[in-house]
Amino acid sequence: MTFLCFNTALFFELLATGGFIAYVIKQQKWIFRCSYWILVAGFICHTVFLGSRYYNLGITPVLNLKSALSFFSWTIICAYLILHSKFRLMVLGSFVVPFAAFLMIISSAMPWMNGPIRPVFKSLWLTVHVGTVFMGDGLFAIAFLAAVMYLIQERQIKRKRLGSFYNRLPSLATLDGINYYSVMYGFPFLTVGMITGSMYAQYAFGTYWQWDPKELWSLITWLSYAVLLHERLVAGWQGRRAAIMSIACFGILIFTFLGASLLLGGYHSFSNMGAKGTL
Amino acid sequence: MMKIINIGMNHKTAAVELRECLAASSNSVNKALDFIREIGCIKEGIFLSTCNRVETFFTADRTPEAKAFIISMISKIGNIPDKKFLSSLYTFEDMDAVRHIFRVASSLDSMIVGEPQILGQIKEAYAQATIQKTSGVILNRLMHRSFHVAKRIRTETEICDAAVSISYAAVELAEKIFHVLDGKKVLLIGAGEMSELAAKHLFAHGVSSMVVANRTFDRAVEVARLFDSRPVSFDEIEDQLIEVDIVLTSTASQEPVITHDQVKKCLRKRRNRPLFFIDIAVPRDVQPEVNKLENVYVYDIDDLKGVVQINMAQRQQAAIKAERIIEEEVVKFEKWLKTLSVVPTIVSLREKAEAILQAELRKSRACLGELTTIQEDEIRVLTRSIAEKLINDPILFLKRKADRSTINNYLDITKQLFNLDNNNRS
Repeated sequence: MTFLCFNTALFFELLATGGFIAYVIKQQKWIFRCSYWILVAGFICHTVFLGSRYYNLGITPVLNLKSALSFFSWTIICAYLILHSKFRLMVLGSFVVPFAAFLMIISSAMPWMNGPIRPVFKSLWLTVHVGTVFMGDGLFAIAFLAAVMYLIQERQIKRKRLGSFYNRLPSLATLDGINYYSVMYGFPFLTVGMITGSMYAQYAFGTYWQWDPKELWSLITWLSYAVLLHERLVAGWQGRRAAIMSIACFGILIFTFLGASLLLGGYHSFSNMGAKGTL
Repeated sequence: MMKIINIGMNHKTAAVELRECLAASSNSVNKALDFIREIGCIKEGIFLSTCNRVETFFTADRTPEAKAFIISMISKIGNIPDKKFLSSLYTFEDMDAVRHIFRVASSLDSMIVGEPQILGQIKEAYAQATIQKTSGVILNRLMHRSFHVAKRIRTETEICDAAVSISYAAVELAEKIFHVLDGKKVLLIGAGEMSELAAKHLFAHGVSSMVVANRTFDRAVEVARLFDSRPVSFDEIEDQLIEVDIVLTSTASQEPVITHDQVKKCLRKRRNRPLFFIDIAVPRDVQPEVNKLENVYVYDIDDLKGVVQINMAQRQQAAIKAERIIEEEVVKFEKWLKTLSVVPTIVSLREKAEAILQAELRKSRACLGELTTIQEDEIRVLTRSIAEKLINDPILFLKRKADRSTINNYLDITKQLFNLDNNNRS
């Protein structure tokens, strides 16, 4: 049942990806509408999958890369659906959904691991910590994609070569707005996630901060987004510079997410989260 | 046999002097419709007169007579002898006429393909005709179909999307940068027909305030009054650059009016808000290097012409698709028109059934004695449903065969079978 949900969600999200790409080429509203509802269906399946995993494991399913990627993909779609209700920007889906589906494909290619779960993870702290961090990540992913769209559109207007994307992409002001809002709402999530994480560490290990690579890189990510927000609010950064900066910030975020977990070790790394972990 | 006929002239066939004569009097539409209503050989008629075209659509049985009348009518309205305009006229009949009105309504026949005004003008002409009661079953349907076709083409093709005038292209670009122009501020430097037109477009799209600068302050005051805006002197331009979002320049100056350094200086104070220069002057008023600055966009007249050219090409593409839609709709209309020929027979069939029903009810009513209202209603329902069920299949049969070439035979047989002609006479 759980795995059926996962596969259905994956199927719907791939179908929606195809639809959103067809929409950006064909520009027919009904294609968008179909893809949107397929995506919603996929999102519901995905939610059911996460719910049943949570029920089975007793914890938020993020302890291996497979689950973490699928959860990341879920938060991106969630953030997109929320933002769509605000901005009604159809073409955004054509960038966001393929990205989310891409994460799901990687996730689906990985093997299921169902080892015993160490008692330290069976805590509400994990849910809050991971939930908020990933929600922030999802919003930052949208900010990143809006920045990419901004740079494409800006380049066309600046170089006066109004290609086929010119009509399909929204105005610079809109894209900049999406980037700004996503970072602004994503940042508090990341902040809360990091604070709860450190409280969770205090509760589990007796120390708030232990210079774990993931902790360090999260701090770096947090600082770079803080700089971006600060520059936006105080120095009035906008447009191209803010877009490039948010792409760079997202690069750091991805490194924190993948690099720090897979390469640098520490108690956050997925290999240490299994039953054989030393901690 | 009734025909749909279109006689008209447009910007391609008639010179402007000729079109002027007909467009001159605002009352010409009413006059024309009066003529059409008076004359017997024309059943329905619509008269459209704009600065780019004069069109008449009418239905008539005796075609040559009706055509001659329409030509004499045009000559009377425009006060011009036949000989002067006969060579500029075109005549379409039946499906060609239908195709023509569809093309006109969806702006494929316009001077600027895709311009939106023509549909409004046709709607206006049709409204006049309905008020004057010169439009009937066929033209009503034809007009509504042509509105439908125009709407389909607007939504299904990109024919109306692209801006094909320079000032409109500038507005479109501004919207791609600022999203909405509401509350944006414009600085107009220099004056001229084109820049004033562009300014008008910007106002129409929501720009709220404008300042006007000119070398001679008097001229600035003059233009400012035109747009209900504020005049400033030429030296104030630098300060204004901090405030405004869009700068429209069209001076006759040989030297650039806006320099790279000037703009660079103001960027910090603007807090990086985007700044859009529309430079329609030749030689250029804005140094080309300004475009290299961050969040600053400069479009000169050649750039804008480039945008217009791309859009033109796009429209050509869309026009092909639009023609296909029109063919589809012409076929649909033709089909509907053919069902019209069976309508009189169906009507008299129904009338006959109704007459029999009423007569028989009258006869039997006396023998039935006292009835409650419920029973009386029930009898009425019963008789009616018997009659309707009996004639239902013949009616469906006729409707199905409506677009066959042998439909007249079927109609004949039906009339004989049910003895319809005699019935009508009695």
